[in-house]
Amino acid sequence: MTPRRVAIIGYGMAGARLADQIRRHDPTGRQVSVTMVGAEPHPGYNRILLSNVVAGSMGIEDVLLHQRDWAERNAVDLRLGVSAIGLDTGSRQVRLTGGSTVDYDDLVLATGSTPWIPPVQGLLDDRGSLAEGVVAFRDLNDCRQILDSAPVGTPVAVIGGGLLGLEAARGLTGRGNPVTVVHQVGHLMERQLDPQAGAVLARVLRDTGIEFRLGRTAAKYSVGKGLELDDGSTVEAGLVVVSAGTRPASELASAAGLDVERGVLIDDELRTSDPHVRAIGDCARHPGTVSGLVQPAWEQAAVLADLLTGAEPSSRYLGTQVVTRLKTRGIDLATMGEVHVDTDCTDAEVVRLEDPARGRYAKIVLRDDLVTGAIVLGSPDAAATITQLHDRGIPAPTDRMALLLGRALPSGVESAGVEADPAALPASTLICRCNTVDKGRLVTAWRSGARSVEDLVTATRASTGCGGCKAAVGSLCEWLTDQTPTPAENPRSWAAT
Amino acid sequence: MPVPAALTRTSTDTHCPYCALQCGMEVRTAEAGVSVAPREFPTNRGGMCQKGWTSATLLTSAGRVTTPLLREHRDAPLRPVSWDTALDHVASRLAELREQHGADSVGVFGGGGLTNEKAYQLGKFARVALGTSQVDYNGRFCMSSAAAAGIKAFGMDRGMPFPVSDVAQADAVLLIGANVAETMPPFMRHVLPAARSGGLIVIDPRRTPTAEQASLHLQPAPGTDLALALGMLHAVVADGHLDHRYLADRTSGFDQVWRIAAAWWPERVERVTGVAAADQRAAVRLLARARNAYVLTARGTEQHASGVATVSAWINLCLALGLPGRPGSGYGCLTGQGNGQGGREHGQKADQLPGYRKIDDPAARAHVAGVWGVDPDSLPGPGRSAYELLDALGTGTGPRALLVFGSNLVVSAPRAGHVAARLDALELLVVADFVLSETAAAADVVFPVTQWAEEDGTMTSLEGRVLLRQRALSAPHGVRSDLELLQGLAIRLGQPAQRFQTEAEEVFEELRRASAGGIADYSGISYDRLRAGEALHWPVPGVDHPGTPRAFLDRFAHPDGLARFQPVDHTGPAEPPDAEFPLYATTGRVLQHYQSGAQTRRVPELLAAQPEAFVEVHPDTARRAGVHDGQWAAVTSRRGQVLARVRCLPSMRLDTVFLPFHFPGSERANLITNPALDPTSRMPEFKVCAVRLAPADAEALPA
Repeated sequence: MTPRRVAIIGYGMAGARLADQIRRHDPTGRQVSVTMVGAEPHPGYNRILLSNVVAGSMGIEDVLLHQRDWAERNAVDLRLGVSAIGLDTGSRQVRLTGGSTVDYDDLVLATGSTPWIPPVQGLLDDRGSLAEGVVAFRDLNDCRQILDSAPVGTPVAVIGGGLLGLEAARGLTGRGNPVTVVHQVGHLMERQLDPQAGAVLARVLRDTGIEFRLGRTAAKYSVGKGLELDDGSTVEAGLVVVSAGTRPASELASAAGLDVERGVLIDDELRTSDPHVRAIGDCARHPGTVSGLVQPAWEQAAVLADLLTGAEPSSRYLGTQVVTRLKTRGIDLATMGEVHVDTDCTDAEVVRLEDPARGRYAKIVLRDDLVTGAIVLGSPDAAATITQLHDRGIPAPTDRMALLLGRALPSGVESAGVEADPAALPASTLICRCNTVDKGRLVTAWRSGARSVEDLVTATRASTGCGGCKAAVGSLCEWLTDQTPTPAENPRSWAAT
Repeated sequence: MPVPAALTRTSTDTHCPYCALQCGMEVRTAEAGVSVAPREFPTNRGGMCQKGWTSATLLTSAGRVTTPLLREHRDAPLRPVSWDTALDHVASRLAELREQHGADSVGVFGGGGLTNEKAYQLGKFARVALGTSQVDYNGRFCMSSAAAAGIKAFGMDRGMPFPVSDVAQADAVLLIGANVAETMPPFMRHVLPAARSGGLIVIDPRRTPTAEQASLHLQPAPGTDLALALGMLHAVVADGHLDHRYLADRTSGFDQVWRIAAAWWPERVERVTGVAAADQRAAVRLLARARNAYVLTARGTEQHASGVATVSAWINLCLALGLPGRPGSGYGCLTGQGNGQGGREHGQKADQLPGYRKIDDPAARAHVAGVWGVDPDSLPGPGRSAYELLDALGTGTGPRALLVFGSNLVVSAPRAGHVAARLDALELLVVADFVLSETAAAADVVFPVTQWAEEDGTMTSLEGRVLLRQRALSAPHGVRSDLELLQGLAIRLGQPAQRFQTEAEEVFEELRRASAGGIADYSGISYDRLRAGEALHWPVPGVDHPGTPRAFLDRFAHPDGLARFQPVDHTGPAEPPDAEFPLYATTGRVLQHYQSGAQTRRVPELLAAQPEAFVEVHPDTARRAGVHDGQWAAVTSRRGQVLARVRCLPSMRLDTVFLPFHFPGSERANLITNPALDPTSRMPEFKVCAVRLAPADAEALPA
């Protein structure tokens, strides 16, 4: 059997994942031969971890997706440092820079996206490239450039208060750069947050040293002078990081005549308008998902590997429920689903808690007991629980407040009576779990003449297991002693309640 | 004239008959009867739980079997017979089956509660007297995943490669799937210092009594531990806690492991496990900042179809933090059964010979055959693993007869309804036990055997220390030891009597020689050294050798001396919940019962405290299922249905129910468990399966 020839254009998170999944089903390449084309000269890397590189907690080697000998060990024909420049769907051939070609049975476009540069005077140079002192926050090279051109102490302006812009800003303050974020909307992460949550988030980030210019647009950048805004003010900046959104990299598909509309259009089998060309990740557009996040790309890669290797021919991609997490040290934010629904909404249940001074904000939107949207800031354990309810369609608990509070909820049940007042404990309270001794039995033993801790222990075996209830037995004994010597006069006072 | 009590009273130092902590206890005999009391010993530091305190009850229990029982045919009742009648009957049936269908038509099933001498003798009996390869034991359902992972990483499997008492010196202790406050309560004495200083971390889907005492409790969805371990490893690297020097000096293979863990950033892990990313990082921080730290796993994280990979992931975490093989820190597996450790070292496992040797290793075969005085070629090869053995019973290709020692399969095996049916399909089921367990009650022949206090024998506790349990009193009339039973059968099967000794010490002398040069080398241990109170942790390769309380301090047991990172990835439970079976079920223990409950359910005080099966469930989940606190509910999986009384607990996850597995009949939790097996250890997935919850049928309720 001749292996099916699969060519993957793009060695990013989507393409690398697809190759891994194919080799998981077909380790030796008997069914599927893989050719992978990567434009950058090094192995693919984990974009999610780039803010760690900026912050200095990881090196470049740490974020590579594969070991250097990965392609060789996994029978992958890897072409690094070349790009696809032409696609002939009729002859099923891709032309690469440098003149070589790749023939395919199935082509997979995993070309990702490119940063969108807002039309601000001075960001681009005469040739249309980013000007000196301006960098996008997108690839490994950008990270290198940020590290090289913004030594500790250099002020940095970040254009864009979305998820990636904030992660970059936090990474930079973490390594000691003063940062100002310029965001043209009135509140941060406006797609994922309501205005109140955006305000709490800004407050938390301000405490870490980030300054904000919200509702403002950059007007002009000049080296040495900084970034001028539309209100005439200036932001001092030795470096400008642009994180204002991305565009799907779909030029190859457009030029080949494939259907493209804000991304290469794909169906549930990840198929483009040409049956031999598929697309996954940021360059693709499926009706059931949003782009720009790794999770949909990985789910698409898994389905496509099932299909291309024949491991699971009925596998389909039906969209992704996206949860957005801001991944920066000390700040815990999760948002998902419909968030722009307010408490006065009549067809959904909305619960909201706010503690801006301590950086906490939580809101859930429910329909028929199911969580359809949530914003949770500053309550990590609540966020974890709510995310699972949302992901798996588990009905929410009746006590909605408890859900929002997470671990902040005071626990109603004391585990052992150690700290509690012995008088107030019911007789059935288990004092010693190891020997199943409740308060009632200790009181009974006392009545039968065990008048010291030692005697109580001998009579009941309480505290002879793990020894954890020793203090509780001691305080119970003290309390019983305090009740004597007047039990006959006032028997109620020391009866087990 | 009455004899003064003091003259008849005797006291013998021994160890508790239940779990692997092997608490030090005294057995006191007096005219009034037998009693026990805890004594000072490093593992229990003078403590003892309710099971231990009441353990003497069974010695004189009315539930004791004191005469062999035999049924003439399948539908006949069990009737008392003489030892000779029972032995003759069994031996002639075994010989017939072997004659007609070959040696593998007879199977042997052992247990992790048997002494080293019995475990050793049982394996030898199977290979030599029966010539069968079909021998395995219930440790497969217990320790096997941790054992396999330990061997892969360190080259050697000793549950805790350090003394238990070292744990009390640590600032941080991470317990994973280990509910020690209930399963081995005095162990908590070693953990309390860490708990008091804010360093006890517990990972468990339930808020167990152990988790209640933790400074940090991580509550993952059942079956997602491996993802959690990867997220924590990621946090080690991302937050700058990686021990680079240790990695370079003492380990190999980190790079490949990191490429996997790099894809499991804590926020991604949070979505799979339900454990907050911040909590993953906090747990790692506690471990990394501690002067000394221990990571201990138990059945909760091991009893999975991916058990070996899961334990490997926890070991990877420990290696990244530089814990194993460092004085005062390390990784350990908390062995469960009394002799879980020794039981897996001396040849009752399908693929092993004494001394932790592999049965397919020619040198090992030659050495052991030499000790046994048989031709190495006469020894069979590896046989089926426990569940596969049980699944094959009476099928035509599998054994037609089974001898069971120290195990109550009808209650404790996964997919218990199916296993009971396989036992029914046998031509001959023989059970040696001291009570009429559910499995004994189903047998054709039952042999009544001695209990711990009535016999000598050694046990190897969870810290790899070999302990002598000395005879404290004589057995009831009509009861014989397992060693006598094995000799009785062996002689009738044509073996010389001296090949199957009946005195434990003599068997141990042979075990010493058989284990010499093996990984678990006992050759330097003697009853005399144990009687003198020496603390001997294996390996003890010579009579002058002091034993090995702390292994791996200089090097790990692989030829290059390095510990090996294992590249493992998360795959999830074998049976995820779906619309028909929307909940996870997980199983476990309660403090008052041990294993199948065959012993502890016969102790009135323990039964009164925990009389029946229950199912713990979140109140909202109960309400949606239409069941109420205190009522009986049916928990149903693809394999069967178990009845249990509902206990509503707000601390339960909404998606999970919990059942203890100690109860018989329709209350057997193992009626629903999934026999999906780990590819390496052949461990069944006891700890997670998909179920639905509903009110129980009034007619179906337990009497």
